[in-house]
Order: sequence, then structure tokens, then C-alpha cells
Amino acid sequence: MAQNPFRSEADAYRFLLLTIGYFALIVAASFVNRWLGLAVFIALTAFAVWRWAKSRSTEPPERVVVREMGEDERRILVCANETVGGKALLDVLRTKAEGVREHILVVVPALNTPLRHWVSDDDGARAAAQERLAASLARLRDEGIDARGEVGDGDPLQAMEDALRTFGAHEIVISTHPEGRSHWLERNIVTAARDRFEAPITHVVVDLDAEADRVVAEAE
Amino acid sequence: MSAHAHAEHAGEHHGPPTPHYSSRLPPAVLGMFLFIASEAMLFGAFFTAYFFVRVVNPEAPGWPLEPFHLPVYVAGVNTAVLVTSSFTMHWALQSIKRGNRNGLKAGLVLTFFMGLAFLLTQMLEYARIGFTPADGAFGTIFFGLTGLHGAHVFVGLTLLAVATIRAFRGHFTAEHHHGVEIPGIYWHFVDVMWIVVYATIYLI
Repeated sequence: MAQNPFRSEADAYRFLLLTIGYFALIVAASFVNRWLGLAVFIALTAFAVWRWAKSRSTEPPERVVVREMGEDERRILVCANETVGGKALLDVLRTKAEGVREHILVVVPALNTPLRHWVSDDDGARAAAQERLAASLARLRDEGIDARGEVGDGDPLQAMEDALRTFGAHEIVISTHPEGRSHWLERNIVTAARDRFEAPITHVVVDLDAEADRVVAEAE
Repeated sequence: MSAHAHAEHAGEHHGPPTPHYSSRLPPAVLGMFLFIASEAMLFGAFFTAYFFVRVVNPEAPGWPLEPFHLPVYVAGVNTAVLVTSSFTMHWALQSIKRGNRNGLKAGLVLTFFMGLAFLLTQMLEYARIGFTPADGAFGTIFFGLTGLHGAHVFVGLTLLAVATIRAFRGHFTAEHHHGVEIPGIYWHFVDVMWIVVYATIYLI
């Protein structure tokens, strides 16, 4: 969707890349023939205007209705990637859901390679994250746990922050691979999340290979 | 009971009054749109003059007209330097969003020096290009357009210098980095304008 490119650096950067592509095509066509360059200019401009007009005709934003919660309700934000279907994570969620009316939001960051991230090519990463999320939600439903989910930003901290803006979580559960195999642990994501967010954080380590899952730390 | 609490209890209003919007747009967005519109009109005036000069010379065998010659390849390398500086700017922002201050510093320093290299190369180009703003309409418009862009680069370099100094003093964190985000937006805007100028004046 087209956005105002001057609201964030990332949008401005994306706009720059589009501008480079736009003029590269026009210049290349102009070298072949001046009138072809003009035709490409008109075609690309018309396409850009059409995309912009199309993006403006979307439905109005959904209103967020804030309602009072009962004392027996519990909102849990889960952030996980490849380990999103791990047994240890399911066990922890099942335990936390006991005796309360649980509302679980699973956020799966759309992790991407640095190169693809730089060129804003995140469609593949989002599609892969969506598949993992769908499989995870299906498993949670099988376990009788009420959960919904969304694909988040490639940066797990940013993904959690985005989710917390609309989902007032009582606590956060972060699921990672074991130390030595986890990029998130290498980047101190769990520590950084504890520094950044007020909600208590539970870190679950999921060893997918051995299926010897264990919980490392309980809520602070 | 403190005076503040007493005032709250009495229902008095504290702090600035609630903003009254006379437009459906928030003031920040409206301000940015007005800024973009003013810049578009400023550059648009120069481009209009440039294309007018081209249109009134339809029989010209090539462009620019003799005896003007533009250093296309030098300017091309300069363009590559400026575009690369946008990549490093983006890298700097992504680094600080992840809490990587070293990446932020390296990105900002690289961006600053590449911007400086662009500006110095352009000044060198002016000195050796062989014509002046007084040499006809084309000379006037060429120096006007590229000089206007150069002024924007200078402003961008000033913003980058401030951001770089602040980065080395540890002012930015993963949560608070507006002081880098805004110069980043401006820098990409300067880059976009140069793509338009280079493609239009030097290539097409």
C-alpha cells in the first residue's frame, strides 16, 4: 500500500528505491528512443497514480473498542518464530491458561535476511511467518487454548511493541531456541525486552531437535 | 492536600488547552504536506524553465546545445556516492532500532563523509565545467537547479553532523532516535531530488 513517504525513514527509503527504479526505466527507454522514454514515463506515472488512488479507497480503519476486563481474564502476548509450535511453549501456555479466561495473541516476527531487508523485499518472510503462525494457532486450538495471531515486524522487539499498542498484555512469553542456536539470545532480545516492557516476561526455551523442552525462567 | 491535587479536585484545567484542529488533518501531517508542496513548487519552477528552454529548441541536434558539455560520468559516480549514502543512512537507523550504537555511529559517519564527497565533487565540477551561470538560459538553469540541490545537501550535512555528534555522545537508544529519523527522512528526500535532477539534466 502506498504511504506518505515522509512519515518514517523506512518509508522515505522505500520511496527512494522506487524513484531509482522509476527513473532507471525512463532513462533506459530514452536511450533507445526519445518517444519511447516519454511513453514509459506516461505509463509509469499513470501506474503510480492508479496505485495511489487505489490505496486511498480502502475501507476506513477499524475502531478499537476498549472494554473492561473481568478479574478472571488474562491477556498473554506470545512472541516466537520457528519455535512457535514447540511442545514446551504449548505446555507453558496451557499452564498459564488454567483457571482463567485466557486471551492469547501470538506474534510471529517476519524474520528476513539483511539484504532482503535493505531492499524492502519482505513478502517471502511474511508468507513464511504466516504459515508458521497458522500451524501454531491450529495446534493451540487442538489443545483447547483460545488464541489469535498476527505476523509482526522483522525485529522481534518492534513486533512486541507494535502488538502491545493494541493488546494490553498482562504478561509476555518469548520462545527461543536453546543458547548457541538462538539468534535472539545472541542479540539479548529477552534482556532487552525486560528492559523495555513493563509486563512480566517468561522465557521459554524450545529444543525442536531433541524435543527435550524445558522452561528456563519463570516470570520475573 | 497539595495545591495541584486540590486544583484537580476542583475540576480546574492544567497545562496547555486542548488543541483545536481547524482541519481534518493533524497539524504535523499538514505541516509536512505544506513543506513537500513548497519544495515541489521550488524545484518545479526550475524544471519548468529547463523544459521550456528545451522545447523552444526542437531542432537541436543534441542536448545540451553546443558549446555546453556536461560531465555525465563524473556526475554518475557522484550519484552512486549519494545513493550509497542513503543505504548507509538506512543502515544507521536500522542499527539503532536494534540497540546497536556502533552501527549507528558507523552509518552516520559514512553517510556524512559520502555527502561531503558529493558536495566537494560538485564544487570541483563547477570549477571545471567550462561555463558559468551568466552563459545563457541553460547555464543559468543548470547552476540554479544543481546549486539549489547542493544547498539542500549542505542543510542535510548540517543535520547529519548534529546527529553524528549526538550519536557519539550516546544520546540515542532503540526507543528514542527521532534525532536520527528526521535527518534520515530529509537525506532520502535530498537523494530523491538528485535522482530527478541527474536523470533530467544529465541523462535524458
